[in-house]
Amino acid sequence: MATSQTTPKIIIRGLHKAFGSKVVLDGVDLDIGKAESVVILGGSGSGKSVLLKCVLGIVKPDSGSIKVDGVETVGMKGKERDELLRKFGMLFQGAALFDSLKVWQNVAFGLIQGRGMARAEAKAVALKKLGQVGLGADVAELSPAELSGGMQKRVALARAIAADPEIIFFDEPTTGLDPIMADVINDLIIASVRTLGASALSITHDIASARKIADRVAMLFNGKIHWQGPVAELDRSGNAHVDQFIHGRAEGPIRMQVLRP
Amino acid sequence: MFLISFLGTIGRVFLGFLGATGRLGIFMGAAVSHVFRPPFYPRLLLQQMISIGYFSLPVVGLTALFTGMALALQIFEGSARFNAEGTVAYIVAIGMTRELAPVLGGLMVAGRVGAAMAAELGTMRVTEQIDALTTLSTNPFKYLIAPRLIAGTLMVPFLVLVGDIIGIFGGFTMAVQALDFNAGTYIKNTFDILTNLDIISGLVKAAAFGFIVTLMGCFHGFNSRGGAQGVGAATTNAVVSSSILILSANLIVTQLFFSN
Ligand SMILES: Nc1ncnc2c1ncn2[C@@H]1O[C@H](COP(=O)(O)OP(=O)(O)OP(=O)(O)O)[C@@H](O)[C@H]1O
Ligand SMILES: [Mg+2]
Repeated sequence: MATSQTTPKIIIRGLHKAFGSKVVLDGVDLDIGKAESVVILGGSGSGKSVLLKCVLGIVKPDSGSIKVDGVETVGMKGKERDELLRKFGMLFQGAALFDSLKVWQNVAFGLIQGRGMARAEAKAVALKKLGQVGLGADVAELSPAELSGGMQKRVALARAIAADPEIIFFDEPTTGLDPIMADVINDLIIASVRTLGASALSITHDIASARKIADRVAMLFNGKIHWQGPVAELDRSGNAHVDQFIHGRAEGPIRMQVLRP
Repeated sequence: MFLISFLGTIGRVFLGFLGATGRLGIFMGAAVSHVFRPPFYPRLLLQQMISIGYFSLPVVGLTALFTGMALALQIFEGSARFNAEGTVAYIVAIGMTRELAPVLGGLMVAGRVGAAMAAELGTMRVTEQIDALTTLSTNPFKYLIAPRLIAGTLMVPFLVLVGDIIGIFGGFTMAVQALDFNAGTYIKNTFDILTNLDIISGLVKAAAFGFIVTLMGCFHGFNSRGGAQGVGAATTNAVVSSSILILSANLIVTQLFFSN
């Protein structure tokens, strides 16, 4: 998974976003290379999901630049934005499955609606992708409400990768899965990057998963990328915030806003 | 001091109202422009037409039936005071087609369809399904809102036409069964008095009300915020605002048709 030397797939510079008076992103700079897998670490509520949504254009950044394949995407609208989003697959933190559609229709949605593929062909692709996340053809005919949380997550993952996108965003792909299934998903993410050559940007609180899927790790803290480096340097980052995070210690420079008993 | 804070409150409410009107106007412009631009989703349109048109038939039909019957009874009692019982058929026919079937039908559809739409789209918003649509290269205005707007604007006139017939039939039943009217005369009087304009003005109203109900349902659902409570508020707002808009639009359309 060597980072290619060409220009990065995504270049984020000086990204700012505040909700009212609450500053969430305060000048984020981050690159994601072609066929590179980047993992973002950061405390709950630190703005990781907001960062992904800014890149997708679901949340409008207050200022800053986001270039995809060298093209500025901030402020893009309409057809241009639709075209851009064809390059992306997104796994939402809360799965966000369409509850009026069956499981397989969810997975095939981007193929049928977005790309105009014939239904039968799209269904075959959907069943194959569902197989890759460990869900059989019987599950394909159920509605999302009939699935467990972890199963919903896997369906959402299948939907994100169904159209073989160039860029895949995973918002907590392994949260809510048992350790074995989590590792299956890790392998699937690695395969997406290696075999399809996709660029992946993942958010996870699961350090074992981060070590496995990441080429590079970035730590988001106080609205900025506080530290970033190759995954091999995670243990010798020399950064107290990163150390506290990967060892899961309550004491350290990152202070959670809680009342101590 | 009190006066200033009082005026301040009025000012804030007024500004809030202007802001909401502006947002609604922008939303309506976007929604209508997407109605006419491809891609179109005929399957979804059909689904909405069935859910708005077919499944509202019992509600609108019963409303029209009871209203027509009550109207016949009221007019009979009232007109008997100056020996004009013969006007029952006239007033039921005109009252139902011009006014009661469209307005009551519109209000019933607001309660049934507008609320359901706001709740459905509101839930899709707060569970990020609308965001997911966007990331799957599908425009939510075209996929979710356009089919609903078209279906509402087409199907409420159909419902009102059915309501016209059932309402007049209700009046007829009441008159013939309970008030000893002659069936043949009642029917003849009804057809004598009714003009195309009576029926068409009612259907134009119905189309406007269908548009209002679906627009408000979509607008409040689409912009709902903050979980179950937000969806609840969106539902209430959709029903209240579309009811008020229906009643005011009714006055405007009536004036346009009949004020000279
Ligand atoms: N639509 C919104 N309106 C207002 N505030 C928001 C909105 N979306 C996110 N926020 C705020 O932005 C902050 C960052 O949210 P975000 O969802 O990005 O956190 P996160 O890093 O993904 O956390 P977690 O790991 O718990 O998912 C939070 O404090 C949240 O309250
Ligand atoms: Mg998050």
